[in-house]
Amino acid sequence: MSFTWNLPTIAFFLIALAILGCAIMMLSFRKVVYMALSIGGVFIGCSAIYFLLGAEFIGIAQVAIYAGAITILILFAIMLTNHEAMEPPTHWNLRNVGAAVGAILLAATLFFTIRSVSWPAEQAVDVNQGNSNAVAVGLAIFKQYTVPFELVSLLLIVALVGAVILAQERKEDE
Amino acid sequence: MQVPTASILALGAFLFCIGLYGALTKRNLIMVLVSVELMLNAANINLVAFSRLGAAPSLDGQVFSLFTITIAAAEIAVGLALLLAVFRLRKTSEVKDLDTLKR
Repeated sequence: MSFTWNLPTIAFFLIALAILGCAIMMLSFRKVVYMALSIGGVFIGCSAIYFLLGAEFIGIAQVAIYAGAITILILFAIMLTNHEAMEPPTHWNLRNVGAAVGAILLAATLFFTIRSVSWPAEQAVDVNQGNSNAVAVGLAIFKQYTVPFELVSLLLIVALVGAVILAQERKEDE
Repeated sequence: MQVPTASILALGAFLFCIGLYGALTKRNLIMVLVSVELMLNAANINLVAFSRLGAAPSLDGQVFSLFTITIAAAEIAVGLALLLAVFRLRKTSEVKDLDTLKR
């Protein structure tokens, strides 16, 4: 595999470094609030990757949904439960060692599999068919994916109602 | 866009494994949910990367990852509501305290 050091590649590696750094920070922080904030860094880095890959609409949606809504939701949940909670310092019992070995083995297997495949070169095809990315995604959703879109909206409202019902105060709990 | 595909897929793989390790080892239930979100993000990166390849590059991967983001939002909302209900009942948000069925 030949690397050509052009500007998108350098930007990609910097963003990838930032994402993995934020993810490692999330694993190593001990205060739960700091973990939730560092996960916001991972989400914003992922949206930068989407911008780099030419998927602007997904990038904006990622910022709005993940970095905005989900991070705030997680922070609310932390504040509503015991927000003083600390992760205990890592002691290497059997479960932790097993999880670490499993994760590293999986990462190595995936990495060498990816390296051994020769990926086809990217073609210079305009996937947006001349439109801007948001227009193209909207056309694809409402022409090809109408039924899945409606089902997803149904699922979203069911999940919303279910979350409200689950989280509300009940009398028999007292 | 000349970013090498193998590098994007490797980023997705590493992010997935970090999320897997977090989901298996974290003590706080919120952090387990967050680690699952990390794994979903890795899958999204792969979807967007793969949709640019092949004989006919298309937008299907981007639409799929939009659906994944929606499902992830629904999942985290329900998960945090469950966490609040459990916390109200048990006054704890640690995974190891939620093993009533085991005993």
